[in-house]
Amino acid sequence: MSPLNMPGRNGLLALIATIMVLPLMLPNAFYFDIVILIGLNSIVCIGLNLLIGYAGQISLGHAGFFGIGAYFSAILTSTYGWPATAAMVVGAVVVGLLSFIIARPIMKLQGHYLAMGTLGLGVIITIVLTQESDLTGGPDGMPVPGFSIFGWEPYGETVWYWIIAAVLVATVWLSLNLIASPVGRALRAVHGSEIAAETLGVNVVKYKVLVFVLSAIIASLAGSLFAHYTGFITPDTSGFIHSIQLVTMVVLGGMASTFGAVAGAAILTILPQLLTVFHDYEHLVFGAVLIGTMIFMRRGLVPTLADLFNGRQK
Amino acid sequence: MSADFLQFLFSGITVGATYALVGLGFSIIYNASHVINFAQGEFVMLGGMATVFFYGAGLPMPLAMAMAVAMTIFIGMALEKFAVEPAKGASIVTLIIITIGASIFLRGLAEVLWGRNFHSLPPISGSDPINIGGALVLPQSLWVVGGTIVIVITLAWFFNRTMTGKAMVASASNPLAARLVGINLKFILLLSFALSAMLGSIAGILIAPISLAYPGVGIMLGLKGFCAAILGGMGNPMGAVLAGLIVGISEALTAGYISSAYKDAVAFIIILAVLFLRPNGLFSTGGTERV
Amino acid sequence: MTLLRVENLSRSFGGIKAIDDLSLTIRPGPIHSIIGPNGAGKTTLFNLISGIYKPGGGRIVLEDADITGHAIWRLAELGLARTFQNLQIFFNMSAIENVMVGMHLKSDSRFITSLFRTPGIVKGDQDKREEAIRLLEFVDLGDYLDADTDSMPYGALKRLEIARALATQPRIIMLDEPAAGLNPAETVAIDGLIQKISENGITVILVEHDMRLVMGVSEHIFVLEGGRMLAEGTVADIRNNPDVVAAYLGESGRDR
Repeated sequence: MSPLNMPGRNGLLALIATIMVLPLMLPNAFYFDIVILIGLNSIVCIGLNLLIGYAGQISLGHAGFFGIGAYFSAILTSTYGWPATAAMVVGAVVVGLLSFIIARPIMKLQGHYLAMGTLGLGVIITIVLTQESDLTGGPDGMPVPGFSIFGWEPYGETVWYWIIAAVLVATVWLSLNLIASPVGRALRAVHGSEIAAETLGVNVVKYKVLVFVLSAIIASLAGSLFAHYTGFITPDTSGFIHSIQLVTMVVLGGMASTFGAVAGAAILTILPQLLTVFHDYEHLVFGAVLIGTMIFMRRGLVPTLADLFNGRQK
Repeated sequence: MSADFLQFLFSGITVGATYALVGLGFSIIYNASHVINFAQGEFVMLGGMATVFFYGAGLPMPLAMAMAVAMTIFIGMALEKFAVEPAKGASIVTLIIITIGASIFLRGLAEVLWGRNFHSLPPISGSDPINIGGALVLPQSLWVVGGTIVIVITLAWFFNRTMTGKAMVASASNPLAARLVGINLKFILLLSFALSAMLGSIAGILIAPISLAYPGVGIMLGLKGFCAAILGGMGNPMGAVLAGLIVGISEALTAGYISSAYKDAVAFIIILAVLFLRPNGLFSTGGTERV
Repeated sequence: MTLLRVENLSRSFGGIKAIDDLSLTIRPGPIHSIIGPNGAGKTTLFNLISGIYKPGGGRIVLEDADITGHAIWRLAELGLARTFQNLQIFFNMSAIENVMVGMHLKSDSRFITSLFRTPGIVKGDQDKREEAIRLLEFVDLGDYLDADTDSMPYGALKRLEIARALATQPRIIMLDEPAAGLNPAETVAIDGLIQKISENGITVILVEHDMRLVMGVSEHIFVLEGGRMLAEGTVADIRNNPDVVAAYLGESGRDR
């Protein structure tokens, strides 16, 4: 791949082709539902991958931003009768501001301290969403009205499929662009060596804040879409377990690989569905799969497979 | 001091002692391997659950407890052998995912073995509260606090006075030098998981009569223990103990005087505030990056 | 004329004075070397000048601007570049991308244009890539353009750091032990490279243990000991300085 042509062009075309063909192969609404969830998770994970995979900053609290987006959409549309698009934008702006304020102190942290800080942030968000039950319905959750844009109200799995597909393709395209640009190089340099990046003129703090806020806003927007699509949300959407699922998707698919994020999201969305046949053994098998994959494919699925495919000997 | 305050203080010290034990476990494993073991809370869960079931199967209580501790130690060592050791040299994020995978696995194991229900364990010496300065304290609380004190003193003795304990401290501060003087690092690593599993399971057994035992009980306990370990300065065991108590007492006071709804948030608010002011933990001296 | 002036600089770590009331001036043009035994404060001085450490006292002046306490990344803008004793390569990027990061300040780093990959970004990257190729060829790494950095040999990585520092178009380049860990043939090549850099009008400040290299290329030498200036002058001055011979060259001369 020459970095000067459209970066990741073949991958993007393959993704579009898959999206076009997939509806022909999905037998019923249940399968559409899973694929839509894959799409939504992929969108969040692409953003999170910019933060974790490219810029090298872990976050164990990104579901918090997803949850804030979801609840802003839910509360503003159902309780206050706002249009869905306005609610979604306001949610994203609030998340943008919150993440911007918190980014400076939190991005100063390194390694396990950063893991703890982001984890704590996520848990606090969940607790607020759970406890402010007058607004959020508390632990039992709240219903969310359907989505609407310029008076059009998408309904049914097929329509949602195309909406999420369009957003996903756009996210992949923008992410690929960003990574190949000077901004993307600066982000990767922050991962490679903060001190060297800084001596080369990269304002490390600025780029860390940028990528943290960007990934948070993407999570928020996906959260809003998720809320309208499923029609019902609980504080678990913002919870620690969900944050972990998102990070796992990124790492499993392959850090610093945009298509890895999509692959990771697909696998970890489908896997629990497959594991339901194991009934009681679901968690046991899921945990074992997670451990096994991380031991044997440390760099994640897509980079490992790409190396095999390219027959790299090194 | 008012009776209310004493009441909150005692309940804070009780949960704080549990956080302290879990935080200690994090610190010991971190020192030996620089791994954050997110399955630490599951050791607590296993200790409580296993005791419930060994006891339910007709074993006398002390034997049931001993069996539960032994079983958790065995599981901790297996975790090190089959999940952590093969991932040697992997990145921090990868190791975090592996230990989270382990915590899900252990929760799954508990569900398979014992189901998903809540279970209670009879307290060790009855449930008649004792009146201390107007505050009513459950005898089990005294067991929790007493047990923690005994463990902390024993550990301090182990790390400072025994050959094996000193070897663990030495390999934490300088692995290369430790290997040169003939310390078996693999053994130290295994031992650290065994020790942490033991601490976790004892905490689980002591707290089970108060908090109940169920597969998910370890999640929050683990996270708050992690808070204590970080707050104490990662890899500083006594810092973790102190921080565990601080977290527990702050929680109880918040629940008592401000709002019980936000009790669970206290630990995380403290940790964020501290990390923002001191990015390397409360009791750490900090260092300078060498280039 | 002075390019860089260090005035009464101090910095201590835990009570030990790593740099103790040190003053020196760097003239534009010649190759300056800083030598001294281990622990003399050479790398600390580099870290102070490049803003990684904040000084305990004193000033650092670049031309007429006081740069003491400036943000590190701003110093690149003012023409200060450096390499590192312990390699600080971006191992998650190819060789050429490492060099392209060095051109960050001259690149269009706006978020929106980057996101949509505007023609300006494409054109800019094309130019930067060509410039990076020239720089890699300049340091004799023409064979490694798109190489994975984690599969490059150590000596090549040392030169990659130099190319990356040159990409910022510096006025001053500080090289922290560029020959450490290299074999004799590679050291000779580095020697030539340092002279080539100097001929391009860039002022070189060198920290190095290899005395043959230092004596061969330097026009001005500073000798540090215990964070203070023991002596300074030309190669001949230093060779004939009894303090230096006693404190440093005597013992290190024996094992070479």
